[in-house]
Amino acid sequence: MENTTTGYLDMELLRFTTAGSVDDGKSTLIGRLLYDSKAIFQDQMEAVERASKKIGGEGEVNLALLTDGLRSEREQGITIDVAYRYFATPKRKFIIADTPGHIQYTRNMVTGASTANLAVILVDARNGLVEQTARHSFIASLLGIKHVVYCINKMDLVDYSQEKYEQIKSDLDDFTSKLEISDIRYIPISALKGDNVVDRSKNMDWYQGSTLLYTLETVHIASDANHVDCRFPVQTVIRPQTTEYHDYRGYAGRVAGGIFKKGDEVTVLPSGFTSKIARIDSYDGEIEEAFPPMSCTILLEDDIDVSRGDMIVRVNNQPNSSQDHEMMVCWMSQRPLQLNGKYAIKHTTRDARCIVKDIRYKVDINTLHRLEDDKEIKMNDIARITIRTTVPLFTDRYQRNRQTGSIILIDEATNETVGAGMIL
Amino acid sequence: MKYNLTHLKELESEAIFVIREVVAQFENPALLFSGGKDSIVCYHLAKKAFYPGKIPFPLVHVDTGHNFPETIAFRDNLVKNDGLELIVGSVQESIDQGRVVEEKGFNASRNGLQTTTLLDTIEKHKFDACMGGARRDEEKARAKERFFSHRDEFGQWDPKNQRPELWNLFNGMKQMGENFRVFPISNWTEMDVWQYILHENIELPSLYFSHEREVFIRDGVIYSDGEFMNKKPEEQIEKRVVRFRTIGDMTCTGAVESPADDLEKIIEEVAATRTTERGTRADDKRSEAAMEDRKKQGYF
Repeated sequence: MENTTTGYLDMELLRFTTAGSVDDGKSTLIGRLLYDSKAIFQDQMEAVERASKKIGGEGEVNLALLTDGLRSEREQGITIDVAYRYFATPKRKFIIADTPGHIQYTRNMVTGASTANLAVILVDARNGLVEQTARHSFIASLLGIKHVVYCINKMDLVDYSQEKYEQIKSDLDDFTSKLEISDIRYIPISALKGDNVVDRSKNMDWYQGSTLLYTLETVHIASDANHVDCRFPVQTVIRPQTTEYHDYRGYAGRVAGGIFKKGDEVTVLPSGFTSKIARIDSYDGEIEEAFPPMSCTILLEDDIDVSRGDMIVRVNNQPNSSQDHEMMVCWMSQRPLQLNGKYAIKHTTRDARCIVKDIRYKVDINTLHRLEDDKEIKMNDIARITIRTTVPLFTDRYQRNRQTGSIILIDEATNETVGAGMIL
Repeated sequence: MKYNLTHLKELESEAIFVIREVVAQFENPALLFSGGKDSIVCYHLAKKAFYPGKIPFPLVHVDTGHNFPETIAFRDNLVKNDGLELIVGSVQESIDQGRVVEEKGFNASRNGLQTTTLLDTIEKHKFDACMGGARRDEEKARAKERFFSHRDEFGQWDPKNQRPELWNLFNGMKQMGENFRVFPISNWTEMDVWQYILHENIELPSLYFSHEREVFIRDGVIYSDGEFMNKKPEEQIEKRVVRFRTIGDMTCTGAVESPADDLEKIIEEVAATRTTERGTRADDKRSEAAMEDRKKQGYF
């Protein structure tokens, strides 16, 4: 495969989420990224131009209309649901989870953040650090996002003032020191005018750092995944039962942590039986080393009982195996969290039920204060709780492994996903 | 050794994970197969997901009766060579049984009628999850779609009340009579699909490659001539060198003039092109929210 296509076949994928308060210009920023990186097509642009006129916007095309896909969103001029957008440069392919900034939609930001490597948080240069900035930062930290880029937006409305930018940066520095984010960057931009989004600003000579796009293209993400603790949750068992593959018994799944190799001594949980990896299989042939987020099929040397929901781990590095779990939960349902309530849960490929044993405290997500007396956990609240599960779960701390540290709670009456849990 | 995957391998891995989840979580899944490139890629991924075992679900084709003959030939060939189970839901039968009424006029299309046939087929075979090759980059209503998309007992999609979908924990729990649509290649773009087809050397219907064809022009769209095409007297048949970027019904799929006769050339063309692939689809142009409205009713 020579010629121009070679480069494109070898790109990395970066997933990021965008957050900001209402009217911070998130949709405009995404529109700008797509537009300036030429990911917007002519017919999409024409449709947006038509729609802009219909809504009565004057002059500039409303780039926000590119991302607001549902009828009611366009009518109300707001983003209701997480929208996924795609663009690529010769360096990387990007998936954007565009999440709404409205207070009642915190659950959407949590959803968008759950799969993101990086968060772009918009701050209005005129307002600086506001409650919603604090909330978005806290959620990014809680959801284990390792890279956060603060875009100080609307610099054009503060005369591209360096002083203003430095003040906001210093406020954010103070605030983020309380969070668990390892890589924090600041960029002064104007999404509307295009300063420092894709092209360098001509209006801010005092800023020597990268543009947003360059940052997104170059931020180091290869070591974000856990390559230390070997975790392989079994999804399904492949047994062809044909003459050719008579005794084939493969455990299909996606590596959730660590690096697996042929010959590795492994333990299967919950049975505790040990064996060796006979081979790691795929349609394209045997795999030398399997690492996250690879889907593959593991075959063991010994014929032991393994089924969906079991986990293959290294003998000398095992997850926590317990029926009692401490976690932070983001509540996503109109019906408040019930103390002593029972919920269905999903954790890796394991299904179980749980009972909520204790509500320790609620977090005021604007100040990060613990509210020990307010235990009414409603939609969009974040709380620390303990649960007891019907069967043991094999977990790691969420901050150490997102796959084995995450859990969803499901209302057994409606089957709705009502809670997102991060194990402590 | 570098421990990171290329974007295509990561997308492949994600799609395989989703397909395996479907088989693990549902009792009676199916793969919706239109003979277009996206459903062909889904089929290829399903093969990989269960290798060396066979795909543990049937393929379902909703046949409008207005397909390109090349699509049907490709489908039948694939089913025969790979020994697959194929279930065909026929829009013609739905019309004959009076379940739907055919549209009239020059721009009549059976596209909207497919929904009834699809829902009837799901009900008849009691499928609880139907996988499809829809992608979020295709259309703005699809940008808000989940991997596991819940449908009520009427097959309807409620975009404002979707279940949050976190990490890779897919919630396929449902009440009796409800079902799911599942989209394993949600995160793929048109470019990803073409690169993957090239990388994996996947066979496609000949319609995707440049060829000489008898066509006529209506409202700036190049339509293939064919027995279901209702031409106006002034519409002249001419020969042009064209290919198709998407394949739907003959009545609603436009061609593009193109010399791209192999995958490398198609990828170059996709990289340079300035219109979306659905820009050739008359079914999306009926209104600003045409896709959203059809999806709410149960269209996939």
